[in-house]
Amino acid sequence: MSFAHTVLGLLENGPAHGYDIKRVYDEHFGLDRPLHYGQVYAALARLLKKGLIEVAGTEAGGGPERKRYAITDAGVTDLNSWLSTPEAPQQYLQSTLYTKVVLALLAGRPAADVLEVQRGAHLKTMRELTRRKAGGDLAEQLICDHALFHLEADLRWLELTAARLDELAEKVTT
Amino acid sequence: MSAAGAAAPSPAAGESPGGTLLAARGLAKSFGPTTALHSASFDIDPGEMVAVMGASGSGKSTLLHCLGGIVRPDRGFILYQGRDLCAMPESARSGLRRSDFGFLFQSGGLVPELTCLENTALPLRLNGVGRRSAEARALERLESLGVAGTARQRPGEVSGGEGQRVSLARALITEPAILFADEPTGALDSLNEERVMRLLVDVVQRGSTAVVLVTHEARVAAYADREITVRDGMTRDLAAGAAG
Repeated sequence: MSFAHTVLGLLENGPAHGYDIKRVYDEHFGLDRPLHYGQVYAALARLLKKGLIEVAGTEAGGGPERKRYAITDAGVTDLNSWLSTPEAPQQYLQSTLYTKVVLALLAGRPAADVLEVQRGAHLKTMRELTRRKAGGDLAEQLICDHALFHLEADLRWLELTAARLDELAEKVTT
Repeated sequence: MSAAGAAAPSPAAGESPGGTLLAARGLAKSFGPTTALHSASFDIDPGEMVAVMGASGSGKSTLLHCLGGIVRPDRGFILYQGRDLCAMPESARSGLRRSDFGFLFQSGGLVPELTCLENTALPLRLNGVGRRSAEARALERLESLGVAGTARQRPGEVSGGEGQRVSLARALITEPAILFADEPTGALDSLNEERVMRLLVDVVQRGSTAVVLVTHEARVAAYADREITVRDGMTRDLAAGAAG
């Protein structure tokens, strides 16, 4: 995800200071990792350089000057393009888990254990996310659901692979 | 608490730890030439929710039916509050199923000719509670699950999600010590699945009802406190890493 585009999107609601952008970002998206101010100002500098935002005013206060940033027409066009472009579905073709399973089979190790341990870890994380979801607001619930559905997809793969382990062993060891 | 342990063939050899509501050891069950359970063990504490996972045909539903006193295992024992379910006469098991156990199935199992209120009140009526009192309690239960509006409707006239909440109300009307739920959200979409599961969690958290939740869906199992897996008729506790 482009962080700069997120900043651009937040500025479409109206001009804002770097501090406001961080606050609103953290409120909506900063569940695990609140932003550092450095990240905000680096993104603002990049957007300024590209002409996608401009300085809408400067306020002098007790401390350093505070700049307000506003999105430009070019910024709106760029944001529109980003929002309307679908994200590339991830393909996970280089799965570490698949590699571990094949290596275990090649070495004559118990590959089923690799899958079982992973299954336990996935279920544990899913339980944690489900509890977190129960105590969260709608935004947090939707974010947790997104993670839960992905973990569930992994689990289905783990179960399918466990069921076809003998077949896979025959293929990789002959 | 571990779900698995060495199979013990008799209650005397398998004293359940203090506080355990229901404990089963070494359960085996065959249907003709098909072995559904080979060696299954299980423990549940009051107020605990345990998910039983496994592929289709793994034996998880048979395990639930044994634990709930619906099916009598060929071997092994099931201690419920210190009494061996397998040694009880059918009349006593039937009594337990009406008073101490609640059941919730994927299809709901509501009686189509009765209204949702009458369906919910049915277990109380079967236990000899008068109609007015039973229906008053049933209405309270429907209200608490957000489906009081279905009271005068028949099951065929309500949505799948509402119907399953009515089924949950009926399963809980006797305030059972254990609720046995077999794929309770299997026929629901994601939103209704979440509603029903949240209600189930709420029930567990508010009271001391334990829930045995059979499901093949990890997302549903994630609502439980812990899970055990049934594979080829044997139980396996992922946390303990042992076969039972």
